[in-house]
Amino acid sequence: MIALIFISIYTNWLTPVRQQLSVLAVPFYQLTDIPHRLDVWRQNTFVSRRELALENETLKTELLIHQRKLQQMAALAAENVRLRQLMNATDILQDSVLVAELIGVSPNPLSHTVVINRGANEGVFEGQPLLDAFGLMGQVIEVSEHSSRVLLISDATHALPVQVNRNGVRAIAEGTGDLNRLRLRHVSNTTDIREGDLLVSSGLGKRFPVGYPVAEVESVVRDPGQAFATVIARPMARLDRSRHVLLVFDSRDNTP
Amino acid sequence: MLPARYHTQVVIAATFVLALLLAVYPLPLSWRWWRPEFVVMVAIYWIFTLPLRTSLILLILLGLFQDLLEGVPFGQHGLALVIVAYICLLSYQRVRNYSLWKQSCWVFVLVGIAQLTDNWVQAMSGRPLSGIMFLYPAFASACFWPICYLWLEAVRRRYRIA
Repeated sequence: MIALIFISIYTNWLTPVRQQLSVLAVPFYQLTDIPHRLDVWRQNTFVSRRELALENETLKTELLIHQRKLQQMAALAAENVRLRQLMNATDILQDSVLVAELIGVSPNPLSHTVVINRGANEGVFEGQPLLDAFGLMGQVIEVSEHSSRVLLISDATHALPVQVNRNGVRAIAEGTGDLNRLRLRHVSNTTDIREGDLLVSSGLGKRFPVGYPVAEVESVVRDPGQAFATVIARPMARLDRSRHVLLVFDSRDNTP
Repeated sequence: MLPARYHTQVVIAATFVLALLLAVYPLPLSWRWWRPEFVVMVAIYWIFTLPLRTSLILLILLGLFQDLLEGVPFGQHGLALVIVAYICLLSYQRVRNYSLWKQSCWVFVLVGIAQLTDNWVQAMSGRPLSGIMFLYPAFASACFWPICYLWLEAVRRRYRIA
């Protein structure tokens, strides 16, 4: 038994077994998701016309605002391409996405993993980044046929390369096991980083695409007695609330 | 009607499936530490009631399935279940005669032991230790034990398993 534990922690011999068998686990997650589905159904069915009209109105306004932003965005993107061509840099390609839904959360309070309802059949692959509407959420660690398991960026065993949006300072953001805190590793005391700075993915680890918002710096403590500053950031993605998530198909070659 | 022996096994399996469902039922994050260990509790109940029919191999398989379900290293729950089952098998004659709240205390200890092995495996796979929080599920299980016990007793009487 203990040998089995060691094998499954320190080697990946059991990964194929787990992948094959995780088909068995999916019905459990689907069953436990039924109450939520019923709730969604109830919300969609028993709703007054007035409320719907109101919601429609707000959505229209929101759409208008976003469309205005998008108009600017088109011009900016074109300008960006021109400038990049001037500098002989490669073009940034658009990433395509796949919408997925959360069907389960890890019952283990120490590990921050979730289960989503897309798997190998929809083209999901291991290491694929996952976003929600607000920022980067995590990466796929286990793929089975119709579901996959995602490690969130706040998990204590997760780290990703980021950069400060304001000035491009690079760092590594490490999960702390607390959903609302990431820690930046090895940031020297003299680095220009402030509270409120937006951290975006830097794409250096070749796992996450460039430029997605990851976290916002919450506090910077510079203690002269310590070798490095303590920088705490709050993830932008709503790790504990988002149900609809996006799987990103990176336009770069993603083979490790 | 199913043959008696077969019938017993189906009922026991059904209670375990229910326990597994409750073990992965999504809870709000702030409540996650307070989830009772349903699988361990149901296992304890059946060992206390039918000690001679318990199969440790089947319990290991159950634990492995729970590992698969929760996405933790294989063997974590298997090991915990086997240790708990062994202690139960050594002590069932005494504990069966305890009053319900005394049994609850005993369940606290047993689930605590299961949590200990869980925590050990989790620590090996690189997660931070949680301090005293790992005993919360044991406490929740102890609080939940009377309900669980009475319900399982009712099920057992209803299907005449002895």
